[in-house]
Amino acid sequence: MLEIKNLNLHYGVIHALKDISLTVNDGEIVTLIGANGAGKTSTLRAISGLEKITNGEILLDGKSMVGVPAPKRVSMGISQVPEGRRIFPDMSVLENLEMGAYLRNDKSEIKKDMEMVYSHFPILGIRNKQLAGTLSGGEQQMLAMGRALMSRPKILLLDEPSMGLAPILVQEIFNIIKLINATGTTVLLVEQNANMALSIADRGYVIETGSIVLSGTGKELASSEAVRKAYLGG
Amino acid sequence: MSQFLQQIVNGLSLGSIYALLALGYTMVYGIIKLINFAHADIYMLGAYIGFACITMFGLGFFPAMIISMVLCAIIGIVMERIAYKPLRNSPRITLLITAIGVSFFMEYIMVYFVGANVRAFPDVIPKTQYHLGSVVINLQQIVILFTTIALMLLLQFIVHKTKIGKAMRAVSADRDAAELMGINVNRTISTTFAIGSALAGAGGVMVGMFYNSINPLMGMMPGLKCFVAAVFGGIGVIPGAMIGGFGIGFIETMVSGYGSSMYKDAVVFAILILVLIFKPAGLLGKNTREKV
Repeated sequence: MLEIKNLNLHYGVIHALKDISLTVNDGEIVTLIGANGAGKTSTLRAISGLEKITNGEILLDGKSMVGVPAPKRVSMGISQVPEGRRIFPDMSVLENLEMGAYLRNDKSEIKKDMEMVYSHFPILGIRNKQLAGTLSGGEQQMLAMGRALMSRPKILLLDEPSMGLAPILVQEIFNIIKLINATGTTVLLVEQNANMALSIADRGYVIETGSIVLSGTGKELASSEAVRKAYLGG
Repeated sequence: MSQFLQQIVNGLSLGSIYALLALGYTMVYGIIKLINFAHADIYMLGAYIGFACITMFGLGFFPAMIISMVLCAIIGIVMERIAYKPLRNSPRITLLITAIGVSFFMEYIMVYFVGANVRAFPDVIPKTQYHLGSVVINLQQIVILFTTIALMLLLQFIVHKTKIGKAMRAVSADRDAAELMGINVNRTISTTFAIGSALAGAGGVMVGMFYNSINPLMGMMPGLKCFVAAVFGGIGVIPGAMIGGFGIGFIETMVSGYGSSMYKDAVVFAILILVLIFKPAGLLGKNTREKV
């Protein structure tokens, strides 16, 4: 589904991503874990087109995404839940979801997808007239995910969905990620919470200062000595 | 009492035009964080386009206003493409200085082409007076008031109910997130300039008719005042610009009516200073949360 080959990205003179290669197969949950500033968010922003890459290749179903503007990539099936949620605070929950379906014109299907989002996140249905800025952190995360689903993505890019949330909410969010994946959406999950991420991922990559240093199945990585030491607290 | 009511009537018609102009400032600020000083010159161009339509082609008020709105919208889009778009990722001060440059450019290009002299704007709508008790209102004031209110309602409809309006709000709130929704940010910014400029064009025709005179530098003072109006209401907030515009219009007519018209501009700018000291975000503005 998604294939990244030898991706390089610079911010001015800083070499943020160094020869990153990774693959996400159809139907998988793949996680990219690593410390703060390792390049996780940059990788996602490169995939969604918010960041211009220096060189390398990004393929979605074999089609090159390099040079394709970000809005076009949404229509091709890439949807990103950005770090820090980035919902539209002065718009209602409903309007936020409508924005997620911005490129679609199939009204009845949009309606169906909205019902689907409400079934994943019942609280959004209850609060759909409320301004998004008044939601709690967890609800905003749910809204950001619901909004991203409204474009009917082939692949959902999730950037730190657990950030700033209470453990019980993190568990709930991760359960929903599994559910979304089970209903046919491929997921690329970026996390600092390596434990949680590896517990639901089929495969994972470890990124350190802009390079992929390890990869394997979720179980392999979770039991790997190096990963345990660095990210799982021994 | 009757003088007070009279001033309210005068304030309403003047304020409605200010509100129309202030909207353009606030919309553009909301979406690219630029105080577009050239906005007032679009309004001047709008007045000239209206003037040309009426004197050269013999059109009536409404056709002249609509043509002026359409042409101003195009001018607004071209201005944004040429002057501001290349600076999309530049510091805000660069944009601001460019806006001042664009403003001077438009003023003096008009001086070059049409001359600096004042022209008499014809009374396309007769100043037929109506007496409501002791208050006098003329037909021009009525037309101005209803036209501006209709335009503002239309704007509210566009911003809140249409897809492009929602896109404008999304881009204002968060450009990256808007792009992740599939919104074409450049096109949305162009549309914002087009709508703001169209409103300025309508305002230009109405002011020309209201004061019976136009000149290439006519945008300067109202431009500054409407900028004050936008700040007064809370820059970037659309209802704020409307309230600010009416507010400034009222204050000006009250100062002229009860004090001296010599001081009206001074009072308006004194208000700007007070607002900036006591409520920097404006009446309806929210303190922006700076993320750390």
